[in-house]
Amino acid sequence: MFYREAGQFKTTYASDMAVLPILQDRIGLAVILLIGFVGIPLLGGNFFLQTVMIPFLVFSLAAIGLNILTGYTGLLSLGSGAFMGVGAYACYKLTTIYPGVNIVIWIVASGFFAAAIGVVFGLPSLRIKGFYLIVATLAAQFFLQWSFVRIPWLYNYNASGAIEVPQRLFAGIPLTGANATPVTRYLVLLGIVTFLTWIASNLVHGRIGRSWMAVRDMDIAAELMGIRLLPAKLLAFAVSSFYCGVAGACMMFLWYGGGEANDAFNINQSFTILFMVIIGGLGSLIGSFLGAAFISILPTALKFGVPALGIAIPGTVAEHATYILLGALIIFFLIVEPHGLARLWQIGKQKLRMWPFPY
Amino acid sequence: MDLIYSIFVDPFLQMAGAPDLLVQTLWEGFVGGILYALIALGFVLIFKASGVFNFAQGIMVVFAALTLVGLYEKGVPAFLALALTIGVMFLIAAAVERVVLRPLVNQPDIILFMATFGLTYLLIGLGEAIFGGNPKVMIAEQLYLPKGAVDIKMLGGVVTLQKIDIAAAVIALAMIACLSVFFQYTRIGRALRAVADSHKAALSVGISLNQIWVIVWFLAGVVALITGIMWGARSDVSFALQVVALKALPVLVLGGFTSIPGAVVGGLIIGIGEKIGEFYWGPLVGGATESWLAYCIALVFLMFRPQGLFGERIIERI
Amino acid sequence: MRKFILVLGLLTGAAVGAPAIQQAAAQDQIYVPLLTYRTGPFAGSGIPIADGMRDYLEMLNQRDGGIGGVKIAIEECETGYDTKKGVECYEATKSKNPVVVNPYSTGITLQLIPRASVDKIPILSMAYGLSASADGNTFPWIFNPPVTYWDGASVMVGYMAQQLGGFDKLKGKKLGLIHLDAPYGKEPIPLLQDLSKRYGFELKLYPVPAADMQNQSGIWLGIRRDRPDFIYNQGFGAMNPTAVKEALRNNFPIDKLVGVWWAGGDDDARAGGAEAKGYKSLNFHQAGTNFPVIQDILKNVADKNLSKVDNRNRIGENLYNRGVYNSMLIAEAVRTAQKLTGKKVVNGEDVRRGLENLNISEQRLKELGMEGFAAPVQVSCSDHNGHNKVFMAEWDGSKYVKASDWMAPLKDEVRPLIDSAAKEYAAGNSGWPKRTEACDKAT
Repeated sequence: MFYREAGQFKTTYASDMAVLPILQDRIGLAVILLIGFVGIPLLGGNFFLQTVMIPFLVFSLAAIGLNILTGYTGLLSLGSGAFMGVGAYACYKLTTIYPGVNIVIWIVASGFFAAAIGVVFGLPSLRIKGFYLIVATLAAQFFLQWSFVRIPWLYNYNASGAIEVPQRLFAGIPLTGANATPVTRYLVLLGIVTFLTWIASNLVHGRIGRSWMAVRDMDIAAELMGIRLLPAKLLAFAVSSFYCGVAGACMMFLWYGGGEANDAFNINQSFTILFMVIIGGLGSLIGSFLGAAFISILPTALKFGVPALGIAIPGTVAEHATYILLGALIIFFLIVEPHGLARLWQIGKQKLRMWPFPY
Repeated sequence: MDLIYSIFVDPFLQMAGAPDLLVQTLWEGFVGGILYALIALGFVLIFKASGVFNFAQGIMVVFAALTLVGLYEKGVPAFLALALTIGVMFLIAAAVERVVLRPLVNQPDIILFMATFGLTYLLIGLGEAIFGGNPKVMIAEQLYLPKGAVDIKMLGGVVTLQKIDIAAAVIALAMIACLSVFFQYTRIGRALRAVADSHKAALSVGISLNQIWVIVWFLAGVVALITGIMWGARSDVSFALQVVALKALPVLVLGGFTSIPGAVVGGLIIGIGEKIGEFYWGPLVGGATESWLAYCIALVFLMFRPQGLFGERIIERI
Repeated sequence: MRKFILVLGLLTGAAVGAPAIQQAAAQDQIYVPLLTYRTGPFAGSGIPIADGMRDYLEMLNQRDGGIGGVKIAIEECETGYDTKKGVECYEATKSKNPVVVNPYSTGITLQLIPRASVDKIPILSMAYGLSASADGNTFPWIFNPPVTYWDGASVMVGYMAQQLGGFDKLKGKKLGLIHLDAPYGKEPIPLLQDLSKRYGFELKLYPVPAADMQNQSGIWLGIRRDRPDFIYNQGFGAMNPTAVKEALRNNFPIDKLVGVWWAGGDDDARAGGAEAKGYKSLNFHQAGTNFPVIQDILKNVADKNLSKVDNRNRIGENLYNRGVYNSMLIAEAVRTAQKLTGKKVVNGEDVRRGLENLNISEQRLKELGMEGFAAPVQVSCSDHNGHNKVFMAEWDGSKYVKASDWMAPLKDEVRPLIDSAAKEYAAGNSGWPKRTEACDKAT
C-alpha cells in the first residue's frame, strides 16, 4: 500500500543507477538508521545492547567481509576467524605502542594489517579453485592461530597469553575498557559498521564490484573480457580481510574487552561467519546483516527468550534444543529459499509492491 | 650457519643416528594416515555419487561411535549394538536423502555444503540430548579388538607396534579393497559409478538416483562407524573427536575429491609428512606444528596439481 | 530486516524484563548463579563439577535452610565452555544481584576481570583463570584460591625432588611439560624455566595443539626420544585421556606422569583402564564419599531426587567433589560476610569482604564435615590465593586415592612472579583502577 513507486520518475542516468532508486527504500533506510542510532540506545537495556546488538554488529561486519570474497568474487574461505584475529592483535599492538592516538583510528587501521596478511594467503587462489581453495584458507586459519600463541610479542609477553583491552578515552568518555558503557561501545561500533557498509556498498556497485562478479561467474571469461585476474582476486582478498580485521578489532575492543586467540578466533568462528553469509545470501550486503542476525541472535533469543515466555526448560535441554532447532532451521531455510534470506527479503518487497494483487 | 645446519643437516643426522625411531615415526605416520584416509573415504563416497561436500562426516563419526557405546552402556550386547548402530546409520541415510537431498536437488554445491552444516548441528544436538555429554570409553575389548603391543627388535633399537593400530590398518585396508571391488564388479557399484559420471545419463538408463544416494550415505555411515571405533579406541568417544575430522580436508584435497585411492595416498602423505615434520623439524619452531603442517603440505601439492593427485582434470571452457 | 530485528528485540527484551519481575518477589535470598557447561566438547569435565557445585548448595538449603537462615537461590546458566555464551550468562545474571560469580572457564574469567570492579560483583575463579589475580592489591574483586598453576608446577618440582631424594638430585634430570598449546597450557612455563635454572634440571616442552588433542602420537614420539624422567601434564578435556592412553602405548612409566588438577577427572584416567593405575594428579581435595559432607549430600539431595546426577555412583568422583569444594568456598565466603556485616542478606560487596577474610581452619573443616577432605584455606587482603597445600592423588584403577602428604607450594618462587605479572597487567591497562576498597582488620 505504501510501497509504491508510481510517480517516481528518473530523469538522469545517475538517479536510475542509484543504489536505492525508490523513495520508500531511502525512507526505510533512514528509519533503520534512526532506530539504530537513537531508538535502540534509548530503549534497549544494557543486556540487550551487550548480548544482542554488539555481537550482531560485529558479526555483520565480518559477514560483509566474507561476502565480498565468497559471495561477490566466488572464492570460498574458511580463514575469516584468523583474519579477525590479525585485526585484533594489530589493534592491540598499535594502541599499546601509540596509546595517544584515538582508538577508533587504530581499530580501522588494524584492518590494513589484516588485508596485507590476507593478500599473502590469497596468492594461491590464482591457481587453486572451488572447494580446493578451502585448504589455502584453512592453512591461513591454523597457521595464524598457531602464531598468535607462539609469538609472545603479539600479546606483549603477557604471562597468561591474553590480550587485555586498555581503557581509551575520547573527549573524556571511555570508549574501551571496563568503564565504557554498552551504549558508548554500541554507538562507536554502529558508526564504524555504518561507515564501512557505505563504503562496501559503493565498492560492490562500482567498477571493482562488477569485475569481482565477473570473476565469480566465470573467471576465464572475465579474463578474456580484459579483467586482470590477479589484481581482482587479490583485491577481493585484501578488502575482505580488511573488513574481517576491523570486525576482529571491534570484537576484542568493543565487545569482549579481552581474551585469547584460541578462544575467540578459532575455526568455529570461521565456520560461523560462513554460515551467516550463506544463510543470509551470497552476494548481498543486506544478506550479510540478515545472516548475522539469524545465526548470532537466534541462539541467544532461544536461550533467554523461551524461559522468559514462561516455559521453564533446563539449560542443557535448551542447549540441545538450540542445536537441533538451528540445524533444522538452516535446512528448512535452504529448502525454502536456497539463495538465502536476502532473496526472501526481495520477494517480500516484490510482493509488497504488487499488493493486493498476486501478479 | 647454525640455522642452516639445524634445518638441513641435523634432522637427517638424527634420522641416521636413531633409525629405530625413524621407523617408529614412519609407522605412527602410516597409522595416522590410514585413519585420516578413513575419514576422507566417507567424504569421497558421498562427493562422488551426489556431488555433496559432506561436512557432517566428522559428526557422523562421533554419532556412530556414541550410538555404539551408548547402546552398550544401556545393556545391549556388543555385537547386537554394532548391528543396531549400522541400522541407525541406515535410518540417518534414508532420512538425509528424503529430507535434505531430495528437496535440494540441483542446487549449487555451496548450498548443499551448507545443508550438511545444518545436519551437523542437528546431529550434535541429538547426540548430546540422547547420550549425554560425558566422554565414553570405546568398547574395544568387547568387540574382540586386540590389545597390547608387539615389540620388534631392529636397527639397534625397539620398534613398538600397537596391536590395535595393526588391526586398524588391516581393517581399513580390507575395507578399502572391499569398496573398490564393490564399485568395480557389483551391479550397485556400477550404478554408483554411472551416477558419479553423470546424473542425467544415469537417470536415463533407469538408475534411481534416490536409491543410490541412500546407499552411498549408508556406506559413508558404516565407514564413519569404523572410523569412530578406531579413533575411539585410541582416545575416547566424545564430541571433541569431530575436530579430528577436519584433518580429512587436506587429505581430501590432496587426493582429489573423487578418488578412493586418492584418499588413501593423500592420507598416507599427510600422516607421514606431518609426523616426520613435527618430530624432526617441529622443535625448531617450538612444536605443535601438526595443526597446520598438513594444510601446508596439501597446499604445496596443489600448486602443482590444482585438482589434487588423483582428481579429475579440471577442464574449463567458455 | 527491521521487522526481523524488532521481533527478536522484543523477544530478548522480554527475556530481560521477565526475570526482573520474578525477582522482586524473592528478596530474602542469596542469589548464586553458577556458570556451568554440561554441553560441548568439554562437557566431560563440566558435568561432574556442575553437579557437585549445585548439590552442595542444595544440601545447605535442605539441611540448614540455606546459609545463616537465608535460602540460596541457585541458578545454572549453560555456557558450553564458550566465551560468548558465558558472557551472555554473566549479563543475564548480573541484574539479579549475584553475590559471587563462578565463570568456570579461563576465557570467560579473562573477560570478566575488568568488569568485576565496575559491576561490584566478586569473581571466584577457583584455581583457574589469571594467576596474577592472586594479587589482591591490584585485583580486589578477583579471587582464585586455593592455588595457582604456578603453585601446582612448583609442587611438581618439589615432588620430583622428593622422589629423587632431594633438590640437589634434580641436576641433569629431565622434566617434560605436555601442555595444551593455549594460554592455559603455557602458564606454568615461566615458573618451570626459573626453577630449571635454579636446580639444574632440563625442561622439555611438548605443546599439543587444540585441534589435535586426540591425535598425540607425534608428540609422544618426541617424548620417547627425549626420555624425560617425569612428565607434568597441563591439559584439559579430551587431551587428558588421550595423553594417558598414549603414555601407556609408548611404555612411559605411568606413575611418572602427573597431571595438574584439571587433568584429574575420573574419565581422564578411566580411558586407560586398570593399566592406568599409578597415574597421578595434583589435587586440593579428596575424592570419594567417605566424608560426612558427601554423606549429607547423599542423604539430603540424592535421596530426595534433587540431584541432577545421572548415576548415583558419580557422587564422590574427583571432579564432583571439586564442585563441592568450590561451593563450600562460596558458602563460607557468604557466611564470613554475614558475620562481618551482621546482615543476613548480603550483597556482592559484602561477599567480596567475606572472600577476603576467608579463613577455613582445621576446626572449621571438621564442623563442615570435611575433615581430611581439604587442607585449611586462608585468603588475605593482599593475597587472594593463599598458595595452600596440595597433594598427589593417584588412580588406583577405579578411583583416585590420596598418595602423598599435603605438600606446600614453593611460595617464595611463585609470589614474585605473581607480583610482577600483576604489575604488568595494571601497567598494560592504562586507567586500571587503584584499589579503593578498604582492608578489613583480621578477625
